[in-house]
Amino acid sequence: MSKDQALIAYVTRMGDNAIVMAQRLSEWVGHGPELEEEMAMSNFALDYVGQARMFFSYAGELDGKRRSEDDICFLRDGWDYGNVLLVEQPNGDFGETIARLVLFETFYSLQLEALATSPATKLAEIAARAIKESTYHLRHASNWLIRLGDGTDESHRRVQNAIDRLWTYTAELFEADPVDQIMQSEWQGPDLTVLREHWHRQIDELLAKATLQKPEDGWMDSGGKGGHHSEHLGYILAEMQSMQRTYPGANW
Amino acid sequence: MYTQGLDQKQKKSAADPADTPERLAAFQARIDAEEKIEPKDWMPSGYRKTLIRQMSQHAHSEIVGMLPEGNWITRAPTLRRKAILLAKVQDEAGHGLYIYGATETLGVSRDDLVADLLSGKAKYSSIFNYPTITWADIGTIGWLVDGAAIMNQIPLCRCSYGPYARAMVRVCKEESFHQRQGYEIMLELCRGTAEQKRMAQDALDRWWWPSLMMFGPSDKTSEHSAQSMAWKIKRISNDELRQKFVDVTVPQAEYLGLKMPDEDLVFDQKTGHYRFGEIDWQEFWEVLKGNGKCNRERLETRNRAHDEGRWVRQAARAYAEKQAARKAA
Repeated sequence: MSKDQALIAYVTRMGDNAIVMAQRLSEWVGHGPELEEEMAMSNFALDYVGQARMFFSYAGELDGKRRSEDDICFLRDGWDYGNVLLVEQPNGDFGETIARLVLFETFYSLQLEALATSPATKLAEIAARAIKESTYHLRHASNWLIRLGDGTDESHRRVQNAIDRLWTYTAELFEADPVDQIMQSEWQGPDLTVLREHWHRQIDELLAKATLQKPEDGWMDSGGKGGHHSEHLGYILAEMQSMQRTYPGANW
Repeated sequence: MYTQGLDQKQKKSAADPADTPERLAAFQARIDAEEKIEPKDWMPSGYRKTLIRQMSQHAHSEIVGMLPEGNWITRAPTLRRKAILLAKVQDEAGHGLYIYGATETLGVSRDDLVADLLSGKAKYSSIFNYPTITWADIGTIGWLVDGAAIMNQIPLCRCSYGPYARAMVRVCKEESFHQRQGYEIMLELCRGTAEQKRMAQDALDRWWWPSLMMFGPSDKTSEHSAQSMAWKIKRISNDELRQKFVDVTVPQAEYLGLKMPDEDLVFDQKTGHYRFGEIDWQEFWEVLKGNGKCNRERLETRNRAHDEGRWVRQAARAYAEKQAARKAA
């Protein structure tokens, strides 16, 4: 794989993570525990859509095949999606959505921070912009994790279960495949081993504040980056892509 | 907005003894002098009640209105459209919060108002009991429903109650953006493929009459209008607003190349207005009573969200109390 091919694959994957998160968070519209939280979730979803658009447009520019952001988003099937398994998992209850946000955004913030100095200047620009949003998402979700963890017995139990259930998807975040390796060596991408240490330190601190137990690493699931997804992604794509698939070539 | 259910018959409540003729006259004089009434000012109990009913109904409509549009966020046909729709739905939640806040200045709590919505006691605009079947419905809601809402809301910017009037100034700005984006969706569809045009026409066919109903019953049968007009809560009558809406909207439909689903629609050269067919008031009253396509679903959805969110709100409260106790210790 050339360094340019790795960059395209990497940028596309970042767009995939963002758009799948956007789809999941959008599901909260009309269903949140408080109006303020519905607004927060749709606000985050909107941020992610914006990020996905930037990543996909950039990937389209790089590969020179004249693919638009929409072509990349709506006309690829699951095996060409490289999002991590964590983001495609169903929302579960509010606590599980918060737990997923915390686990993912802690990783994502660190990833963006590392990319903000990449010699791929456009990627660095997108990362610098996205990091502001990501920081805010993480702060909001962390505050909720603490509230739920240290709230009532029920909320503690629910959010602990959520962390336990999602834990199996966290190792994939730090598995360096050839794309990650080339990104690191050629484009100053993050060293995932170092990033993993930072992630664990931050998560340890947060779980302690939230009076939650850190799960042991058991069997850890992975495959998303390489296009091997859970059953859930197919439905996300079927829903998201339905208009483009039913009315090919139309302008909206 | 969404004042369509205000004109239902209400039980006449006993006159408030505090509403002496002197006070009422002095209040009316302030209204007639175009003074704004502020939360701490004395006001007749009927004025307060009318405002609470109207403003909370408006807020509820914003919140329930998120559902038919939210229905298309995950299926929006392009990323740009998805982003715009998300922003719009977010605006609506914001309007709801803002107007609940303005209503609280009248001495009621948001929790109580929401409880009335969830129990079915309070109304919201019937327009949101119609389903969003295709993507063109999202365009049509922006174009017609937000268009009708703006017609209603612009005069509310001059409403005699200060907090409501000020809230409406801000809300109107965003609504006019919503209306434009809706019309833009329609333009794109009408310039598009035969299937897209069909989609646009079908949506107009379904939404046109319910949009006209948004202005409420005819002036002849609307029993609250006169008092609301005297109090300058309402500035323009239902029928006048409806006529204005028809006059503005028909040329827009012509520009799109769509046909209005009204055989009686004709431009009257003498008056300079469009004459339009009879509204099916039977349908209006049925939907208001709960017999619309989505009434049950909408209310069930909001109730489910409220019930499933209870443990979250309890946790937030428990945490806040623990924090306060820790600080005090």
